[in-house]
Amino acid sequence: MLQLNSLSFAAESDGKSAEIIRDLTLTLPDNKFIVITGPNGGGKSTLAKLIAGIEKCTAGQILFDGTDITNLSITERARMGIGFAFQQPVRFKGLTVFDLLRIAAGKNLSLSEACDYLSEVGLCAKDYIHREINASLSGGELKRIEIASVLIRDVKLALFDEPEAGIDLWSFQNLIRIFEKMQKSDRSRTILVISHQERILNIADEIIVIADGTIQKQGPRDRILPEIIGTNYAQGVCQKML
Amino acid sequence: MKQMDAVQKRLLREVADLHDIPEGAYNLRANGESVGRNTTANIDIKTKKEGSGIDITIKPGTKKESVHIPVVLSESGLKETVYNDFFIGEDSDVLIVAGCGIDNCGNQDSQHDGIHRFYVGKGAKVRYVEKHYGSGEGSGKRILNPVTEVYMEEGSSMEMEMVQIKGVDSTQRTTLAELKGDAKLIVRERLMTHGSQSAESVYKVSLNDDGASADVVSRSVARDNSFQKFDACIVGNAACSGHTECDSIIMDQGRILAVPSLEANSIDAQLVHEAAIGKIAGEQLVKLMSLGLTEAEAEEQIINGFLK
Repeated sequence: MLQLNSLSFAAESDGKSAEIIRDLTLTLPDNKFIVITGPNGGGKSTLAKLIAGIEKCTAGQILFDGTDITNLSITERARMGIGFAFQQPVRFKGLTVFDLLRIAAGKNLSLSEACDYLSEVGLCAKDYIHREINASLSGGELKRIEIASVLIRDVKLALFDEPEAGIDLWSFQNLIRIFEKMQKSDRSRTILVISHQERILNIADEIIVIADGTIQKQGPRDRILPEIIGTNYAQGVCQKML
Repeated sequence: MKQMDAVQKRLLREVADLHDIPEGAYNLRANGESVGRNTTANIDIKTKKEGSGIDITIKPGTKKESVHIPVVLSESGLKETVYNDFFIGEDSDVLIVAGCGIDNCGNQDSQHDGIHRFYVGKGAKVRYVEKHYGSGEGSGKRILNPVTEVYMEEGSSMEMEMVQIKGVDSTQRTTLAELKGDAKLIVRERLMTHGSQSAESVYKVSLNDDGASADVVSRSVARDNSFQKFDACIVGNAACSGHTECDSIIMDQGRILAVPSLEANSIDAQLVHEAAIGKIAGEQLVKLMSLGLTEAEAEEQIINGFLK
């Protein structure tokens, strides 16, 4: 279980301190599929980065399975079971897809195991496994490799920051299938996705709307989705793709 | 054949991936003298009449054969200059593995300057692998100054892989190449320097006839207080194509000077150069840390991948 207690985060912008997350308190129960939506600049990505340790909160406390992780590093949090799929995946000159998956798995990974995970994200394994993660890969391909790097880890909390950003319609359909599969899997894990996509919101157990650094709405999908449908917080697939 | 000691065997493993005596033709040199040689029906190795070094002659049409000519130095204070000439017959297809390992436990400088000249016949195909490695705790420096000259006939191709990852205190590497029509040269250099090491790598590749092409790419990492200079010039004298690239990571107080240059003496020469130097991107570290690596482990993985 993840608990955020009175979390705040301020960043310097043009010499002024701007509060991105304001006194935010939130509890994420285990084994749920939770989607965070809200306007751009509302603090969603920052919140995910605070949970993963990529940004450090300026006030408040983060508890993960009862342990205070507020001052722990990215590495320590990752080792405790927090996974993070970046909105814009990083490219590496020289490192191959297999290298990255082996690092993510944290053990000696067989080629066939690695290929299974690539197939799961819809990539033809033999074409990709030895490719370098460099500029020759398209945005959609990188995104799927990024998702595979989180799937392959045995995480208790998987964070996905706008997984649909930068991918084509076909990849998007595939993405939904991956999330549905994750949701149905027997693995005990919580999935937290940041997204505006109606299709993703549609499979959520719980929806949280964040704006101006605070929680505006929170509750089960059946209650929240009707309230936000048709707004920018819950876009149809073609709206986003256009 | 003379026996090699454990240090020499270790050096041999590092520079030529050799655990024992290689298959095919070879010449093993340890502490200034030849300790083993084998020739085949197609590949002959002879000691030069004057001066120090060997002539390696590969018969035309020789296919899928290899030549290993590693050098190891484990005696402090040894300085040598060796001339090795390769005569590669027309339409042959061979692998040549060279390399030098120095272990210096003493306080005197050890130095090996290898001058390699390749005469690549028409249509011949050569893959050349050269690794340099240094070890030893002594205060004496480990110095390697290789000179490589490549003369390529029509339609020949050569792929050179040059690696120096560890332990060489000072290196001045010079590579000169002259290409005739439709000859193709590919160079992949990988270099890492530590401590107060310095490494200088100079290339001058002349594309003299139509259809000649060259691709010279260096990837390097400069750590601690080390210094590197990469100076690559491609000269286009005909309707040819040339590309040179220097891609470097600097760490700590490392310094790199990249001087890629192009000289076009023909209106039809197509030449490109690229150079990029920078530290490891913060987002790369963050990504690997989010997979459970420490910052130091993440750095190591990024560098290993970069120099692979």
